[in-house]
Amino acid sequence: MRWQIRGGRVIDPANGHDGVADLWLEDGRVLAVGRAPRGLKADEVFNANGLVVAPGFVDLGSHLREPGFAHKATVAREARAAAASGFTTVCCTPDTQPVIDNPAVVEHILKHAASAGGARVLVLGALTVGLAGEVLAEMHALKAAGVVGLSNLDRAIKDTAVLKHALAYAASAELTVISQPEDYWLGRQGQVHEGAVSTRLGIPGIPAAAEVIAVHRELTLAAAAGARLHFSRLSAADSVKPIVEARRRGQAVSADVSLAHLCFTVDDIGHYDPNFHLRPPLREKTDRKALAKAVATGAIDAISAGHEPHDVDAKAAPFGLTEPGMSTYDTFLPVLLAQVAGGAFDLATAIGAASLRPHQILGREGGHFSPGAPSDLCIFDPTRRWTVTDDTLLSSGRNTPYFNHAQTGRVVATMVGGEWVFQASV
Amino acid sequence: MSAADIQLDAQGRLRHFIAIEGLPRALLTQILDNAERFAPVGDRAVKKVPLLRGRTVANLFFEPSTRTRTTFDLAAKRLSADVLNLNIEASSTKKGESLADTLRNLEAMQCDMFVVRHQVSGAAHFIAQQVAPHISVINGGDGRHEHPTQGMLDAFTIRRHKQDFTRLSIAIVGDVAHSRVARSNIQALKTLGVPDLRVVGPKTLIPPQIEAQGVQVFDDLDEGIRDCDVVITLRLQQERMQSALLPSANEYFREYGLTAERLRLAKPDAIVMHPGPINRGVEIDSAVADGVQSVILQQVTYGIAVRMAVMAMILGNQALAGAA
Amino acid sequence: MSTQFDIDALLNTMAAQLRERLDHAGISNPALVGIRTGGVWVAERLRGLLGLDEALGELNIAFYRDDFSRIGIHPTVEPSVLPFDVDGRDLVLVDDILYTGRTVRAAMNEIFDYGRPRSIQLVVLFDRSGRELPIEAQVVGAHLSLRAGEHAKLAGPSSLHLEIHRTRA
Repeated sequence: MRWQIRGGRVIDPANGHDGVADLWLEDGRVLAVGRAPRGLKADEVFNANGLVVAPGFVDLGSHLREPGFAHKATVAREARAAAASGFTTVCCTPDTQPVIDNPAVVEHILKHAASAGGARVLVLGALTVGLAGEVLAEMHALKAAGVVGLSNLDRAIKDTAVLKHALAYAASAELTVISQPEDYWLGRQGQVHEGAVSTRLGIPGIPAAAEVIAVHRELTLAAAAGARLHFSRLSAADSVKPIVEARRRGQAVSADVSLAHLCFTVDDIGHYDPNFHLRPPLREKTDRKALAKAVATGAIDAISAGHEPHDVDAKAAPFGLTEPGMSTYDTFLPVLLAQVAGGAFDLATAIGAASLRPHQILGREGGHFSPGAPSDLCIFDPTRRWTVTDDTLLSSGRNTPYFNHAQTGRVVATMVGGEWVFQASV
Repeated sequence: MSAADIQLDAQGRLRHFIAIEGLPRALLTQILDNAERFAPVGDRAVKKVPLLRGRTVANLFFEPSTRTRTTFDLAAKRLSADVLNLNIEASSTKKGESLADTLRNLEAMQCDMFVVRHQVSGAAHFIAQQVAPHISVINGGDGRHEHPTQGMLDAFTIRRHKQDFTRLSIAIVGDVAHSRVARSNIQALKTLGVPDLRVVGPKTLIPPQIEAQGVQVFDDLDEGIRDCDVVITLRLQQERMQSALLPSANEYFREYGLTAERLRLAKPDAIVMHPGPINRGVEIDSAVADGVQSVILQQVTYGIAVRMAVMAMILGNQALAGAA
Repeated sequence: MSTQFDIDALLNTMAAQLRERLDHAGISNPALVGIRTGGVWVAERLRGLLGLDEALGELNIAFYRDDFSRIGIHPTVEPSVLPFDVDGRDLVLVDDILYTGRTVRAAMNEIFDYGRPRSIQLVVLFDRSGRELPIEAQVVGAHLSLRAGEHAKLAGPSSLHLEIHRTRA
């Protein structure tokens, strides 16, 4: 099957391309951007006039909640919601029940994802058994089952020796360790950023130092072990510098920030709004600005959705008793475009950070339109205005602060491996 | 949504009493003035007025507290309301029932007011958002956030002794970090115009950026209470030693315990306050707690009048809103 | 509008009637209680005319009104003050205008929350029709006959006079 995506603004940061062009695809691969290869005739044409054609987005940490928490979300539904939001690949986090610390759970998730017909679902395995931070997971077995990386998520590993061993063992299994850095002791009682807001609301705080200390600790141990390390969802300005310096020394380290941490600060919690209960916590305006700048300069590689859908009850409680996380798929594109419009970084950087860079972090081909690349792409209308309502939300998670907010920019179609996994009904 | 938004109705009248933060000075003054009117009721043969006859006040205590519950209980009964005391920590939450479910059950009992105490900050705010429109919520203390009726009864006590807030130096001494009383005191006293408000304690017990609330921070007690008109000492919990915030109760008393000798650094007519219950020989010496400058027992008495005032205002406003 | 009552003359007559009643009942040491605010003014004048030394009791019946559920709590009025022991005393309860009787009912309820008086006499400057409760005054300055929609109010305290207002129907 040959497709001509005709007349769209093709943005391909890897190849420095940004302009109206035709995109030619054949059998799930990119053939060319621009003029058709000699003698080629398309079987089908997609008219992308006035639309943007970009490599599909990747979420490095999606909480798909299945197995174990199907009352919050299911793999199939979230994979379809992701596709409708422009994601072609999402990484399922291992905090399921049972935890993804053995091949059976990996297979279970991949089976559900395969039949969903949505975004491609990759699986992150647990770094330690049960995410308990004590016993190493069977990393080789997980790798054989298909996991693309290992993470202990926000369950900080108390014992530094366990962390050291986990990094070393992951290095020998040639798996990337995805870390949400937080010092266990400084973070264990906290629920919000430690500062004026935690003081005013009387909520135990998590100092920025909890993250910065963990970044240093993990960089040091990963360097010694030769482990490939990715920091996910950074929240503190001071976390950036040690990562940049380590990279300069040649260490294999990358980082992402969640889009929410580029948009909000601790002040948005106002009077206990549980939609802003996140882990790591939202921090100060200075942190938010420093993180956006780090994306602009490339010091932070990627922007993640960090999609965490919840059931209503999970957020219907006093702040400290609610579960952290924000449902972010549905609003990812317009919010990302709003960041661009606000001058945080340019569109090519945004798309690179949402697609090319996470592909590279996962060591997977894609995120660009070089000939032979997989035809994973999203097509969106950058000017289309819409309002977030119960009807528009495709994720099961209603835990978004954007309810009834007007958005600009909407996904029109998403293709994974040459197949349309989403096409808006016009 | 700000706390004030949920606490006031469209006409700016008190609808819930969740936090002092954000409430206008005139409203705080009105609470104090109304409390003055209710105070004499406690001196009469029949310590009761029929104002809230037929109304039902439910004390929802998710965390045990005999003293606070008793004063709310008494305040409601002196207004002739029916009182329902529910110790919820012992019942539903342990059975896994969610707070929202508990509230729906209580609403079905046709109460007019919930007095809520909860160990989690923001609980009263959450409950006020959740309840049916005909129910008002008074915060009887939520986590480390606020204890607004305590804040108002402390302001009432201070006004009785010192009249003009705008000329006072007041020190709050002790575990400010974990104290909802301290937060309500700071909000109330700043709003009422106290120009010199200080918090005094070791850095481990002073929350970060408390200066943003308009207070001066001292880690030396002698400096902190020098020339003060009012010294408010806070209760120190045993847990503070276990979590390595303090070495020992003995060392705390040596550095921050209020003794007669230290109190001499404050103004000669300074009053000493404490929200209770007192740890004698930890945050305050018995000689001071029982001394002539102590107004600790008056605080307890005034607490009833202040709570009567708040209950009567809120339920009166509820009636007005219903009549409109 | 103001009406043409000679209130000083009414007060003199009332004082005389009240003295006679008290003498007849053998009450030598009555305690006066005025209902805020007009009743307090009237009681203060009677106290002077009767030559009583003891301070007045002043009742603010706001906490005893039966219309709290319609009007809420009034923010400005002063609290009740009864500067004497009510138990066993002979009280003279004074109000400016007796109308439905509800105010007097509330005042008596409040008095009984302070103690058990031996007796209560009711003295009012004006009695207008419209009683809703079985309450009558022992001493009345004058009877008012008002039309529907008319309301009477005592103005004071320096020079007492009666004002009658019409509410538009």
